[in-house]
Amino acid sequence: MIIEALIGVTFLAALVVMLAPDKYAGKLAFALSLLPVVGSLYMWAGFDAGGNALMAGSIAYETQFEWLTVAGYDLQWFVGVDGISLPLVVLSTVLSSLAIVSAWTPIDARQSQFYGLMLFMEANLLGVFTALDFFLWFVFWEAVLVPMYFLIGVWGGPRRKYAAIKFFVYTNIASLVMFIGFMALVFNLPVSSFGLPEITQSLQNGGLADLNYLGLSADTLKLAAFAAMFAGFAVKVPVVPFHTWLPDAHVEAPTPVSVMLAGVLLKMGTYALLRFNFTMLPDVATRPLVATVIAAIAVISVIYGAMLALAQQDLKRIVAYSSVSSMGYVILGLIAYTGLGIGGATFQMVAHGLISGLMFMAVGVIYNVTHTRMVGDMSGMADKMPITVGILIAGAFGYMGLPLMAGFAAEYFIFQGAFASTVIPSAPLFTAASMFGIVIVAGYLLFAMQRTLFGEFSLETDYEVRRAYFHDVAPLAVLLLCTIALGVAPNIFFEMITDAIEPVVAVVGGGA
Amino acid sequence: MEPALLQADQLPQWAALAPALALAVTGLLLVAVDSINPDDSQPALLAGIATVGSLTSLGLAGWFLSAGTGQPGTGGAIALFGDALVVDGMALFFQALFASVTALVVVASYDYLSDNPHQAEFYSLVLFAATGMALMAAANSLAVAFIALELASLPSYALVAFLKRDAGSVEAGLKYFLIGALSSSVFAFGISLVYAATGSLLLPDVYDALAGGPEGLTGVAAVGILMVAGGFAFKTASVPFHFWAPEAYEGAPAPVSAFLSSASKAAGFAVAFRVFVVGFPLDAGIDWVLLFQVLAVVTMTLGNFAAATQEEVKRMLAYSSIGHAGYALIGLAAFTGGAGGDVLGASMAHLLVYGFMNTGAFLFVALAEHWGVGRTFDDYAGLASKAPMASVAMSVFMFSLAGLPPFGGFFSKYFLFMGAIDAGFWWLAAVGAVNSALSLFYYSRVVKALWLDDVVGEFELGSTPTALYAAIVFAAVATVLLLPGFAPVIETAQSVATTIVP
Repeated sequence: MIIEALIGVTFLAALVVMLAPDKYAGKLAFALSLLPVVGSLYMWAGFDAGGNALMAGSIAYETQFEWLTVAGYDLQWFVGVDGISLPLVVLSTVLSSLAIVSAWTPIDARQSQFYGLMLFMEANLLGVFTALDFFLWFVFWEAVLVPMYFLIGVWGGPRRKYAAIKFFVYTNIASLVMFIGFMALVFNLPVSSFGLPEITQSLQNGGLADLNYLGLSADTLKLAAFAAMFAGFAVKVPVVPFHTWLPDAHVEAPTPVSVMLAGVLLKMGTYALLRFNFTMLPDVATRPLVATVIAAIAVISVIYGAMLALAQQDLKRIVAYSSVSSMGYVILGLIAYTGLGIGGATFQMVAHGLISGLMFMAVGVIYNVTHTRMVGDMSGMADKMPITVGILIAGAFGYMGLPLMAGFAAEYFIFQGAFASTVIPSAPLFTAASMFGIVIVAGYLLFAMQRTLFGEFSLETDYEVRRAYFHDVAPLAVLLLCTIALGVAPNIFFEMITDAIEPVVAVVGGGA
Repeated sequence: MEPALLQADQLPQWAALAPALALAVTGLLLVAVDSINPDDSQPALLAGIATVGSLTSLGLAGWFLSAGTGQPGTGGAIALFGDALVVDGMALFFQALFASVTALVVVASYDYLSDNPHQAEFYSLVLFAATGMALMAAANSLAVAFIALELASLPSYALVAFLKRDAGSVEAGLKYFLIGALSSSVFAFGISLVYAATGSLLLPDVYDALAGGPEGLTGVAAVGILMVAGGFAFKTASVPFHFWAPEAYEGAPAPVSAFLSSASKAAGFAVAFRVFVVGFPLDAGIDWVLLFQVLAVVTMTLGNFAAATQEEVKRMLAYSSIGHAGYALIGLAAFTGGAGGDVLGASMAHLLVYGFMNTGAFLFVALAEHWGVGRTFDDYAGLASKAPMASVAMSVFMFSLAGLPPFGGFFSKYFLFMGAIDAGFWWLAAVGAVNSALSLFYYSRVVKALWLDDVVGEFELGSTPTALYAAIVFAAVATVLLLPGFAPVIETAQSVATTIVP
């Protein structure tokens, strides 16, 4: 029942914080958010499941009971974690706590509502990563949108309303497309449940073998469902060309919300892709044409996202576009269908969550004191805020893939996995092309840092440029430590990830 | 299963009508209390009596429903007065719905009416209208259906025109009354034609007569059925008899709008479900399922598109209420005989969820009217900073009406569309889903105005009307809890719907 406790405690915490006076809301929210952190770490410490939850593997902390039955379908309360979801659960709780701390300085209006919504979002994120029944999952999945809409729309920058509505409409329509695709698939299966394991196993046991639905063959239906789900999740990830909501949302959102958006919300998309598209329908994903298209989308996201980042003048936009690029690597790793590829992709979800969180927070800390994010407006920040800038530089190196940082491990796994892929036609070519991304990443990060952080200090401002507060820097330091820890010892998570993805890879006969 | 607390052989048969009787007695009691000293109206006492009465009715209906009164487990439907009234699961389900909405409306009206004379009249009219609705749900004869419909409608006309110094209210009442009178006569004429063709007013007898094959008068019966459908279209605010609704809902006092658009509409559906499913076989000279398909598609599309273009919140809610009538019509539009109970039950469950979320939304409008903040979306700007709890509740209603997952409206719509797909009408579900996606646009405008827009100019809200606030918050809590608690609702609705299918 620990998962229920985790979600329930977070919901309750959200409620308590909502009702708390503004003055204490931030501190209270942080204190309460430590409970899920402890809970998730406890889950991690006692984790002893193996295999993939969807493919007859054992599920940790599983609870399952009937909720209601409609038209012959059982809807269940069905939660549990395996090696893929547990790292994301830990990431969600840790990053939420840190994001709450990083909100202490910038958020000065309607605080109890802000922190309440942050916790409410965290609770739903935990639900997304632990639910194993489609309906339960979808409820959590959509429920994440509501707090996000308010967090961007109320506390965001000047164009917050536009960004909030664009985010809401984009992702909501995407969810609808995905929902329809999934339903079309499930209603033709001989299962009477929305349990993801049952659906996966039924699909793999040829549940659709002799289908003729509205004149569609099983193959066509699967392809259509795959496309609908891919499109739905691609918006969330986001990959080019569905990425246009992301920079708007990121730039307008307050820092802590950007941290959650880049750190965890984008992972919902890749997590769902791995669970739904790549685990349930490997036979569609591995068709040469489909694999080529997905690999091409991945490479284009990597290169185009990085090029867009190169062209930005706003530090936050740079980090935002670089997320498009980094998530492109995840897609490439997934479509590789090798142990290292999918494993690396899952690892990258966590690594990118930590590093992008770090980068957004660092940019936010600098913005708090300078009130600008424009590369052209400032220089020599290193003299004024040495510690913050030091951590920012370390984070940037992590982003570029410096060895012994989490990003390096993840990208290395992905590249090696993608290179050896038997699924993507001419895999080495795609891999090599995507590796150019690294060069561009190094380019824009070094370029931006050179201009803003080093040289003579110059910034025309009415504010006093002071050092950051301890509580501004502390979450950065924690994230940096986590990044280094994962880089030095990837096996903290990688072993359990590999364990959970082996069955997926085995289905298509991909190598390590 | 535990032996039922109340069974047909332990109490006299007529006791099964207790939920309806409780409402009627409360209405009479209100009149009696007021007659003691008409000049000294005591709002708290009157509202208290009305609330207790409607809650008693709710309690009785809930008790009977859980005890199995009139359901297959305890000997089946209880027929009374020469089979003219029948108490079964469906009647009790709807009676519980009407009683809940009535209780909410009555509680909310206490503050809304605070400066108004004729309070006793208001509450007793609400209670009498609710009695009519409760009887509509139990009508097993076309004559009773007509009388119950009139009993529900006549007080409603007066309620809409209740603010007699307000030209809008009076105009709305007049429009509502004229169109109501017209559709009543259409309905009555339809009944007479059905009687002419079948020689009976009792629904099961009508069914048998019509199912017996052509006897020369099927054409007459078909015209009659068409006209009966017209009568229901009026009561449920469905196209083409919908155009009174925006005017009436806009002009009426907001609690009355809530009452009409939730309870009265549900009552229309209650009697429509029973009359068509129990009374008219699918091949009775006219394909009424096809008729309702056309009505459902046109109603939901027209309602949603019209709602999207409104500038006033109350009018937007009025048109969206027409759109929801279109969704509820799916229950009849996707009805396929034997296996039709599921989609019918889904429709009933949707009406129950709708009862809470739509009543709540109109009550929020009542709150805004009470504070005098204005009617348009722009007037609502920044209201959340002044009234956060009510704004949270309103946001819950809006997202739930749009069918977003964390709220009750998601499940009720989902089961409705799924029921349609199961019955083979996937295109009906597709039209519904597209409409539902469109509706998010105009519902989210309210949320945007409340939370995201900045206050235009300073305005001070008056005192907080406690009862109204409480009713809104209660409706919001119910809307949220209907998601995790949807299992008993849909299961009850579908099982009681199945039993009326012949």
